[in-house]
Parts: sequence; C-alpha cells; structure tokens
Amino acid sequence: MARAVTSQRKAINTAIAWTIGFLIFFPILWTILTSFKTEGTAIADPPVFLFFDWTLENYAVVQERSNYMRFLWNSVIIAGGSTLLGVIVAVPAAWAMAFVPSRRTKDILLWMLSTKMLPAVGVLYPIYLICIELGVLDNRAALVIILMLINLPIIVWMLYTYFREIPGEILEAARMDGASLRNEILYVLTPMAIPGIASTVLLNFILAWNEAFWTLNLTAVDAAPLTAFIASYSSPEGLFFAKLSAASTMAIAPILILGWFSQKQLVRGLTFGAVK
Amino acid sequence: MGRITLNKVVKRFGEVEVIPPLDLTIEDGEFTVFVGPSGCGKSTLLRLIAGLEDVSSGDITIDGTPATDLPPAKRGLAMVFQSYALYPHMSVRKNIAFPMKMAGLSQEEQEARIKKAADALNLTDYLDRRPGQLSGGQRQRVAIGRAIVREPSAFLFDEPLSNLDAALRVGMRLEISELHERLKTTMIYVTHDQVEAMTMADKIVVLRAGHIEQVGSPLELYRNPRNLFVAGFIGSPKMNLIPGAPAAKHDATHIGIRPEHFRIVESGGTFTGKVIVSEHLGSDTFFHVDVEGVEEAVTIRAGGEVGLRHGDKIHIEPEEGQIHRFDAQGLRIA
Repeated sequence: MARAVTSQRKAINTAIAWTIGFLIFFPILWTILTSFKTEGTAIADPPVFLFFDWTLENYAVVQERSNYMRFLWNSVIIAGGSTLLGVIVAVPAAWAMAFVPSRRTKDILLWMLSTKMLPAVGVLYPIYLICIELGVLDNRAALVIILMLINLPIIVWMLYTYFREIPGEILEAARMDGASLRNEILYVLTPMAIPGIASTVLLNFILAWNEAFWTLNLTAVDAAPLTAFIASYSSPEGLFFAKLSAASTMAIAPILILGWFSQKQLVRGLTFGAVK
Repeated sequence: MGRITLNKVVKRFGEVEVIPPLDLTIEDGEFTVFVGPSGCGKSTLLRLIAGLEDVSSGDITIDGTPATDLPPAKRGLAMVFQSYALYPHMSVRKNIAFPMKMAGLSQEEQEARIKKAADALNLTDYLDRRPGQLSGGQRQRVAIGRAIVREPSAFLFDEPLSNLDAALRVGMRLEISELHERLKTTMIYVTHDQVEAMTMADKIVVLRAGHIEQVGSPLELYRNPRNLFVAGFIGSPKMNLIPGAPAAKHDATHIGIRPEHFRIVESGGTFTGKVIVSEHLGSDTFFHVDVEGVEEAVTIRAGGEVGLRHGDKIHIEPEEGQIHRFDAQGLRIA
C-alpha cells in the first residue's frame, strides 16, 4: 500500500521543496539580475531585487572590451575535445573491465577514482613546469589532454557501469552468430550502450566546460576559455559587479541551455542501473 | 554433418579443475542431453564445445576438423541461451537475420530463410516487433529461429526452458523434439531437469562434479543405472534407496526400488509402514510411507485413485526382478 499523505502535508512538502530549489538556484538568478543593473544599483544597500532600471549596457561594454566568441570557441574546443578523446580512450578500457574482468579490476577502478581525491593544486607546479618545458602553456591541445586525463576516471566509471548492465550472454550470442569483435561492438554493444554513452558525454562536457582551476592557471590569451573570460572581470579594485555578472551570464548560458534540454537524459544516465 | 568428439578435455578456473579429463563422442544427428545437478559442469562443457570458453588442455573435433582453437563463429554451431539473449534493439526479423548478415548471405536468401523459419515457429505475425514486446515462449522461439537460419552442424541449448512457466515448458519441449525430428541435426541440450532429459534425449550424459557418471539412452539409464548417483538422479519421483538390513538380505549395501515398482498388498509384504503423505494426481497416487526398519520415507506409486489416507497402515511388495543392488562403493552389482 502506498503511504497515505494528507493534502495538507503534501502542500507543506511542496512548499519546502520549492523553497530549497529556489535557494539553490538563487545565486544564478541573482547573477542574471545583476547583469541587467547599473554598477551603482549592483552594489546598492539594501539590495534591489526586481524594481530597478533594466539595462543592457553591461552586455554592450563586455562585448566591446573582449571577444566573447573567441572565449566561447576555446571552451567548445577544450570541453568537446577532452570529452571526445576521453570517450575514445575509455570505451575499450570500460569494455575490458566489464566483460573480461580480472582479479584486479575492482582495485584498478578504485585506484583510478582515488586520483580524483588528490587536490589538483598538488600537481600544479609539476604540470606547469612540464607545460613550459614542452612549450604548450596557453595551448588548447594541451588543455584538451589535461582535462581529458582529469575526467577520465569518471568517464571510465560511468561507461563501466553502463556496460555492466548489458548481459554478457547477448555478446556471446553475437559471437556465436558469427560476429567479429568489430561487428560485435558496432552492431550489438554500441546500439545497446548509446543512452549510457550519451549521458557520459553530456556530463563530462559540462564538467570540462566548468573546469576553472587548470584552464585559469594554464592559459593566458590564445587558449583562454569562458572561465578566463569571467575571471578577467573580477577585479578587487573597481566596481565591476554588473559587468562580471554579465560576463558570467554569457559564459554559463550555453551550458545552462544544453543542460536544460538534456536534463531527462542526464537524470536517466545518472540513475542508470539504480532502478530496474 | 555434426559429429563432435571431445578428447581428454580439461577445464580449470584458476586452481579449480571444473572438468577433469573427459572423453565424449556425440554422433551426427543425435539428440544428446547433458544432465546433472547445478554446478556439475554441464554448462561449462557446452560452452567449451561452443568455444565461449577455452579448454585448458585436450582437444575438440567437429566433423573431423580440429576445433579447439577456433573462435565460436568458425565452429559452425548455433546456440540457444537460457536468457534467450536476443538483441533488444533489433526487430524479430533483424534478430533472425543477424547471423546471415554476418555470414554475408544475399538479401533474397535471407528473406527466404526468415520466412521459412517464421512459418515453422509461428512467428510470422511478430516479425516487426521488438523482443521486449514478446512473451517468454515467443522470445525463445525467436532465439531458436535465429539458430535455425544458420543451418548449423549442431545446435547447442543451454537450459533453454528454465525461464518458462511449467505449461509452456511442456509445449516448447515438444516443439524442440519435433524440430529435431524434422532437421535431423545434432543437438546438445543442457538441463538440470531429468524429465526433460528423459523425454527428449537419444543419449543422456549424466554429469557430477565434471565427471561423466554414465552415458546411455534414457531407458538404459532408467533400467541399469551404473551407480547410486545415477539411480537417484534419473526417474521421477526418484528411486527409493534403502540401506541396512533390507539391503543385506540381497547381499548389497544399498538396494534401489523405483516408486512404480512397488505393489500394495493386503497383508504380509516385504515392507510394512504408515502413510505419511498421499498425493492424488488423478492418474496416479503417490504415497510417502514411513516403513519400519527404513530411515527415509519410501515413495510408492499406485495407478489411479487409491483411497489410503494419512496414518493408514500399508503393506508393500517390490516387483519381481526390479530390485537394483549397489555395493559399498555405490556401484551397481550385476
């Protein structure tokens, strides 16, 4: 029997849920609102919520001062490239772990995940020096590789989880039916794993898009993505809150829109295997 | 042609030897059933033949060709899995066509074979459905269809009916037997259900812990079980195995009497006891009897309706010449 919930109880729960949801969303909302204020209104005390003179001035200034499209393009290249490369590397790895596991497979998976527990700043210095040595500081290709390596454990873990859900007998049936390894992956495994691969790609694209530590520390001009674009408006001296907000809004807009349209896929992907 | 020979085949998983050296020949066109309790190695043996597992040593020959190192696809065998293992993202038609597509058959040939298989298996109306929209029995038929169209030299069945409900199982059993009659292709069938083994097989291979306990036709195994294990495993309800004094009278450590080989007598009889449970099936009645001097309950079968109830006294007499004798090693005494 389903638990009985009174309508009053239901209303309270709904109100609580909306409040929490609003609190979580509030910083983003505030950023967007601030981006439409003048610098003066932006720091007004007490803060103005909705009733102010809405202006697009900040967007105009930001557009004038910096080349948004270049940052955007760098973000697309770095996030997209590292995700794509990561999937190409992770599919065979996850395949092997899911379908031909050895006694050490679980240990390897945990070890891979443990690298995510290391504070990134711990290896900043060596990686920075390596980049200088190789002449790849402020280089998109280098960032693609570094972000790929950083997100690889997550990609492998996610794909491993999805592959594990595919019954081995189906792949064996394909083998019995005369499929080569290539055909087995092409015609049987991949079509069955597409929802999983899609949500892995999506999540990692978002993670790479939002990654700020390495992109800020290893880029200057040529390879600078949107994170650097935002950072360039954060100044300790001036009154740049509104412009910073405008830049932030422009930087998060693409990923926010992508996330909105793919939320169903994302949620399904993240809870995959939890509910059958 | 589908003559399969296993020569001193051994399979080890790490340190554990699941199949000790094993020799077996399956003749062309034969319906062979591997039967045994779970964990006896019957599925492993089938997978070794299929090529889904590598043998640790020994060799496998299919139609005189060494197959030990051939990948599954090159062995010319088709397999039907317990879970059906259909491709969920393909329609029934595409599932059945898949092995032919892999073999590079022409489109016309594929169509013709799909039509023939669908007709034979009553799948014509379902060709454009996905496996998820089919019932268990239909899925199993699709799996069989996918196996047939390859025209393999042998079919391998890995407990194909154990996911079906009882009524369907009987129906599918008949269908598979009919299929064998029609195609006359070698079939190897793995099951833990001795009823399936008895009803379908030309030859039964009884396995225990990777060892072959006995090979023979169903009736050979029924009439002359080589040892206590086979005696207890083949036949339903199982044979009564009686140790102690009653056995000693026949110069044996155990005697075995099948439930159907007892007669109920008015008085006297070799054994006397009390009915513990009576099971009335209409056609038969089974009595579980607590017999004096025998520790385990003795099961007897009486034809038709016999009106004995719980607690009733019963006199029983084994039929002449139907007492199996076994020695201290559990082997049959001729």
